[in-house]
Amino acid sequence: MTRILKSILFATTVLAPAGLAATGASAQTANLTIESWRNDDLPIWQKKIIPAFEAKNPGIKVTFAPMAPTEYNSAVNAKLDAGTAGDLITCRPFDLSLAMFQKGQLASLNDLPGISNFSDVGKSAWSTDDGKTTFCVPMASVIHGFIYNKKAFADVGVQIPKTEDEFFAVLEKFKKDGKYIPLAMGTKDQWEAATMGYYNIGPNYWKGEDGRKALIAGKEKLTDADWVEPYKALAKWKPYLGDGFEAQTYPDSQNLFTLGRAAIYPAGSWEIAPFKAQADFEMGAFPPPVKKAGDTCYISDHNDIGIGLNAKGKNLEAAKKFLSWVASPEFADLYANAAPGFFSLNSTPVKMQDALAQEFVSWRQNCKQTIRPSAAVVGRGQPNLDLEMWRVSANVINGTQTPEQAAAETQKGLDSWYKPAK
Amino acid sequence: MSDTEIADIETVPVKRPTRWHIAVFLAPAFLVYTAVMILPLIETLRLSLFNIVEGQLAFVGLSNFKVLFGDPRLSADFWNALRNNVIFFIIHMLVQNPVGIAIAAMLSLPGLRFAAFYRSAIFVPTLLSFVIVGFIWKLILSPIWGIAPSLMDLVGLKWAFAPWLGKAETALIAVSLISVWQYVGIPMMLIYAALLNIPDEVLEAAECDGITGWSQFWKIKLPLILPSIGIVSVLTFVGNFNAFDLVYTVQGALAGPNGSTDILGTLLYRTFFGFQNQMGDRSMGATIAAVMFLIILAGVALYLFVIQRRMRRYQF
Repeated sequence: MTRILKSILFATTVLAPAGLAATGASAQTANLTIESWRNDDLPIWQKKIIPAFEAKNPGIKVTFAPMAPTEYNSAVNAKLDAGTAGDLITCRPFDLSLAMFQKGQLASLNDLPGISNFSDVGKSAWSTDDGKTTFCVPMASVIHGFIYNKKAFADVGVQIPKTEDEFFAVLEKFKKDGKYIPLAMGTKDQWEAATMGYYNIGPNYWKGEDGRKALIAGKEKLTDADWVEPYKALAKWKPYLGDGFEAQTYPDSQNLFTLGRAAIYPAGSWEIAPFKAQADFEMGAFPPPVKKAGDTCYISDHNDIGIGLNAKGKNLEAAKKFLSWVASPEFADLYANAAPGFFSLNSTPVKMQDALAQEFVSWRQNCKQTIRPSAAVVGRGQPNLDLEMWRVSANVINGTQTPEQAAAETQKGLDSWYKPAK
Repeated sequence: MSDTEIADIETVPVKRPTRWHIAVFLAPAFLVYTAVMILPLIETLRLSLFNIVEGQLAFVGLSNFKVLFGDPRLSADFWNALRNNVIFFIIHMLVQNPVGIAIAAMLSLPGLRFAAFYRSAIFVPTLLSFVIVGFIWKLILSPIWGIAPSLMDLVGLKWAFAPWLGKAETALIAVSLISVWQYVGIPMMLIYAALLNIPDEVLEAAECDGITGWSQFWKIKLPLILPSIGIVSVLTFVGNFNAFDLVYTVQGALAGPNGSTDILGTLLYRTFFGFQNQMGDRSMGATIAAVMFLIILAGVALYLFVIQRRMRRYQF
């Protein structure tokens, strides 16, 4: 009996790993793992993108391994430090990925075939400050705006608002009508308040890139009127949010809108695909309203997602093959249509089938584009400006902080570590 | 004959066989605890004295602690978390333990019907995963889908409903009460066991002296279960200052709104592992963990050396 037990123990502890290693070595396929935070895109990768790549590249097997967005960076950093990360790393834009490159965890992709398919603007989010080295293949940008329920607009008889006054008039009309919650947004998860609120409407006030660059240069401060006014506008949203919005989470907001109980959803274009799958009414979109009719409009067109090469990966050659495929127009077309709302950064124009996605991307013609203000350069220090903006934006909407206090607090946090180059 | 025997014993002490089995039986637990508890603890304490200086991990003495208490932002976060944690603990001491004692006292009354059922029903939440508890309470209290607003509406209390988990003033109390709901079974069980241990003769003697009902509880039973209440308090203290899971599942790692439910555990998590765009800082995280360890150590030591020694024990 004991002999049997001993041999079983021996077999499971000593022989099994050896067996695994043997099968691993004998197989000819290179296994690539993609680290990502895009949980929602798992079916798209598994059903469309990966099969398309594998069909052309026999001998390479790709696994898409997403995790929770908020845990992504700490988890992937820990994996990179420990040397257990996948071969391909999905890149957050700007400072976070730059830090990985500076640590030598991401490889330079300057000589990757296909990287020339991207303009400097497209690559800007994943290049060193001097613009000389690119370390991630740009995949997509996301555009902020508002998605609305066309049926609700027809019911109540309102038009798409173009100016801030019109916007609040529409909200007021929905509130009076009482059938729909005017705005589907909550403050419990905090990031909605900043990402769908402050970053969404803000560019019209701080004049997009002008304001963002002035902030980085130290010519403007977050306490300037241009940066406080969007908080003031956000504070006015409060009466138009649903009952108990303080405890409303992000999925709650999504469900309220797709169930047809809310009229307007402050959105990022990444919502398009999941909303299409859920909602059974017609949806439209409008850009953040400007202050006065005729003002130049600015939109947040944020380079959001790229993909880089783990410098210490095991299958560098296969991974590079995959990356240059990601840089190809073929991938751009596939991805932009499989995940409408993630707009390709490839220089080759992509024809999108989705009407709502086309609507979003059409704003690029008339409006000036900018990225989220907390993403580049000023997002490098402690306290993290992005997280600070989440918190104070939620506070402003909850009414527990005035716009001025919110602005002063973020500026104080920024002052504590950021010294603009003189 | 007897002389030689005595001499034998004196000259040759009885040689007992080495009791190997003690070491053998202790080894598994000792090794496992050392590997998964003691070593990490020592390593954490050691890491709190190190930080990254010019890309290299270097010994920095107590400077991490200086930063933790000196940096205006970090120290504000820390004191906020500590204050919330103290409130969290006070609510447990004021609600969980008295309620647990009261339930135990009622359960131990002779002639209570369905006592076994109540005992299990009240203990069941303790066995549930904190993820389930957090999730169901989040749903119950949700202003959109929850049953709390409609149930309160049924009894005409709709006006009293608020999105408790989303308001800075009420979120911490709400989370604490969810935790109380989950863990009230533990003081109940421990006190219940202590109450059952009180010999009937003592109670009968009390009855002969005319002490019954409430005064019997206050004058006879309570003094006899005080040591158990002490243990329960220490367990609550350690549990509360190590708490993290429930706040994380209900309020997320940011422990909002505006940090109002941030306790030491969630602060440690955010600092050590990072969150969203904030990078994890292993050394500072270890520093917070070390401070938490010291707080808990101080609390337990206070109990062991000051309170427990003064407690009177009764032998039957």
